[in-house]
Formats: sequence, C-alpha cells, structure tokens
Amino acid sequence: MRTPALEVERVRKVFVRKDRTRKRGQLLRKIKKEEVVALNEIDLTVARGEVFGVLGPNGSGKSTLIRLVSTLLLPDSGSLRVFGHDVEHDPFAVKRLINRVSVDAAFFKKFSPIENLMYAARLYGLEATSARVKMRKIMMRLGLKEETFANPMEHMSRGMQQKVAVARGFLTSPILLLLDEPTTGLDPHSKRDVQAFVREIRETHDATVLLTTHDMNEADRLCDRIAIIDEGKIIALDTPAGLKTLVPSKNGDETTMEDVFLTLTGHTFEEAEAEEVEGA
Amino acid sequence: MSTFVREMRGAYAFVERNVNLIKRYWGWELVWLIYSLTNALAITYIGNGMGAISGTEIDTQYVVTYLLVGALIWQYLSVIFYAISEMIAWERWEGTIEYTFMAPVSRPTHLVGTTLFAIGYGIVRTLVILAIVAAFFRLDLSGANLIGAVFMLLAGSVSFVGLGILAAVLPLLYPERGAQMTNAVAAILLLISGVYYPIETLPGWLQRIAAASPATYVIKGMRACLLEGESTGTLLPTVFLLIGVGIAIIAIGLVIFRYVERYAKKAGRLKRSG
Repeated sequence: MRTPALEVERVRKVFVRKDRTRKRGQLLRKIKKEEVVALNEIDLTVARGEVFGVLGPNGSGKSTLIRLVSTLLLPDSGSLRVFGHDVEHDPFAVKRLINRVSVDAAFFKKFSPIENLMYAARLYGLEATSARVKMRKIMMRLGLKEETFANPMEHMSRGMQQKVAVARGFLTSPILLLLDEPTTGLDPHSKRDVQAFVREIRETHDATVLLTTHDMNEADRLCDRIAIIDEGKIIALDTPAGLKTLVPSKNGDETTMEDVFLTLTGHTFEEAEAEEVEGA
Repeated sequence: MSTFVREMRGAYAFVERNVNLIKRYWGWELVWLIYSLTNALAITYIGNGMGAISGTEIDTQYVVTYLLVGALIWQYLSVIFYAISEMIAWERWEGTIEYTFMAPVSRPTHLVGTTLFAIGYGIVRTLVILAIVAAFFRLDLSGANLIGAVFMLLAGSVSFVGLGILAAVLPLLYPERGAQMTNAVAAILLLISGVYYPIETLPGWLQRIAAASPATYVIKGMRACLLEGESTGTLLPTVFLLIGVGIAIIAIGLVIFRYVERYAKKAGRLKRSG
C-alpha cells in the first residue's frame, strides 16, 4: 500500500487569548484568558495525487490545519504525518516535501518577483541558474508579463502578487502543496489562471494538493474529496458528488456545493467569505 | 545534492536578501549613514573642545582619538548586533516570517548567512565613516598595533553575534514590541561598556555589570592597540577570552532560540500579524 500523502490523527489545537483591557477605576489590568479550540481531535487521510478540499466558515480551523502541516504550529495532541514523516519530530524531512500558498501574498514588497523567488529558491537549496529559468517559465504560464519581473512587488496588483505567490509555491516542486485560500480576492480571470495551473500541476507532476477555499464552485471543480469543517470538527467528508447526496434538492434544482455547505454548517455564505480570525 | 551545498545556498539566501534590502531601501540606508556619521563627529568634537570647556590644557589629540576609537568600534559592533537581532524583525515587518520558517533551512544556517552579511556590512560601513571622519580630524595612528586591533575586533564580533541571537528572540516572543526592545539592549551595552569614557567613572554597581559586557573588553583592547600600541602577544589572553565567551553566548543563544521558536509554534506566534 502506498504511504498516504497526509495522515492527521486525533489532532487537537487550542489557542489561549489574553484580554488585557482595563476597566475604569482599575489601577492594574486584569488579564482574562480565554481558550479557543481551533481543531478538536480531527482525523483525515489524504491519498497521494489527490486534490483534497477543506471547506469551513470563518474561524473553523482551516488555516490552523494548514499551519500545522506546514510545521508552523505544533499540535497540543495527536499527530500529523506527511508521506510517513512526523511533522513534529521530523520537520526537516516534511519541509523538503511541502510548500504553501496562503491568502496573504507575503513578500518583501520592495523586492521584485525575481528577487523574492530567488530568495525562496536559495532557501530550498535550488541551483540559481535553473531556478531563474524555472521561475520565469512558471510566472509566464500564470499570465504574468515579463516586463513586471524586475519591478517592485508593491507596484503590482493583488492578483498579480498572488500569482507570484503561486509561482513561489510551485518553484520548489513540492509533492504536497498546501493552498490556503489561494484565489480569495482575485478577479475572475486571475482566479481561472490559478485554478487551471493547479489542475495542470496535479496532472503533470504527481503532486498532492490540500486546498482550503471559500469558493464552493472551485472546491466542486478541483477537489476529489472535500471535508467540511466547523468549530474545529469535521462534520462531513466525501467526494463532491457524495456530499451533494446528503442534501435534498430544492425546487427540483440540482444541489450545489453551496447548498451542502449552508445546510451542514448553518452559516451564511457571506460569513464564510469574511476574513479569518486570528489563529483559526 | 550534498547537505553542505544545500545549507550554503540557504546561508547565501540571507546574504543576498540583506544586500537587496540595502539596495531597495537605499534612502533609509543613506539617512542612517548620515546619522551615524554626524553622531561620530559630534562625539569627537566634544573631545576637540574639551580644553575650551574645562579651561585647562589637555592632550586634545589623545582625547579625540580615544573618543573616535570608541565611536567607530561601537558603530561596528552595533551594526553586527542590529543586523543579527533584526533577522526576525525584518521578516515580521515584511510578513514573510512564516515562509522563512517553513523553508528547510536550519537556524544555524540562517545565522551563518546573517552573520556573514553583518560582518561584511559592518566593516564597509565603518570604513566609510572612518574615511569621512579622517577628513575632519588629524588622526595619528603611527604607533598603533593594527594587526592586534584586527584580532581584537574579530574576537569581539563573535560575542556580538551571540548577543544578537539573544536579542533576536525578542521579536519572536513579542511580535509588536520585540524589535524596539532590542534598542534597549543596545543602549544598555552602550552605557556600561566604556565606549566614550573609562568604566571606572561609572558607579560601583554599574562597573560590576560592565565587567560582564564583552564590549568592555573589545573597546579596552582596541584602545590599547590603537592608542598605546600594545603588542598582540599581550592581548592574546583577552582575544581568547572574547572568543570563548562569544562561542558560549552563541551556543546559549541558539539553545534559547530553539526553545522560543518551539514556544512560538505552540502558542501560534509566528503568524504574520502576530
């Protein structure tokens, strides 16, 4: 049996929030601690080559899951393994296999795309000349114009910056790609470019993709299986077609992924599209 | 690809990134250079005017060189300290911290790259300031032991690399105020290490703290080389002491950094906005 790309077993993650507000008349601030359960003993397995979607409303724990797999967070209990390597105890082996594209295209904003991507390439130990060729190829494939490659990123639109972020994610040829709302805030054209590229990579590079998104159509079209997560728990996990059978159709219309999401989570679509809260 | 080649490429990533930061923030760099230069000049002019201030005859040339050595050495050491302590702060400001911490680069490699840049940058910057300041004052270094001074400076750099690592922990622990806290650490070192005055002028309790600052020995040793022409052999025990203490501080710094990085990952403090 092939080793799964990702195994998540009984993972729990709790954040402690401190409220330091001082009431009128109080000399000293009282620190109130509040526990926020981001993930509550979740289990899931992603097979090699699969595009696995995670849908969930605002603060449901999607980004926490991605950060745990990325070695940026440590679980309070449970374990995560990437191609058999434990994320907590063997993080370097995991780091060599993964890369991540997040909703915020985090870059050195005064650097050009080439400078930013070269920084990433060197961090991953890539040889400079071949990395330079590869980054140009990926950026052009994503529809970025060559004349923008040497300009500061701060002069680029949000969509263009996100495409550079996608290029950075693919540059190191990860076999597990973590896409954390990669198309949020993009115009329809840019969104399509990114989605087409994800499909292409999956078909040509034997890559596994873990995708979180608020775009129900995107999840429906790209994912082999989808987990719906709410308040840190997986409330449904199946293929898009399988999930749609859970919700009866209304007025004879075909059930959409949005119907499934709204029925199972009880959250409105607008809530789901809202910005992620800290830590979740 | 061998692990060594991969780690060296990783280390070079930080050198190249910092060079790019200088290129892209050249205006900021120019302002900072002017500030450092005028600071060094102002302090040295205090020495030049000491006779006029006190109304007594003093060896102005000696006082000027004394202050200038302090100003330049502090300039160099503080550049190393800030360059290393800001290795996390820069990533926080730009929002790239998660990407750097996610990359398969060990923290010692991260440190090697940052240190190589810091030493090179510190030397170039200090030489530029020295060249300009030399046009304002007559410096007599004819009796100086320059080779001994280089040894002393390199030995002192090791300790400041270690102090920089310890200070780099602050932005990791305190996302909003950590970078400012490193300024307080640098200011305390400046106060107690005899940069502009002998530490004997400090109160007894501060002198005891000064004895624990590596900068105290570097600056004292540099003055002994440049002002008194002290032989390299005489300075060797101090050089070895500085290297030994520096290695110990680096080792302690790396252990603390590792512990704090783990804590930050447990508490979720690596996130971009903190």
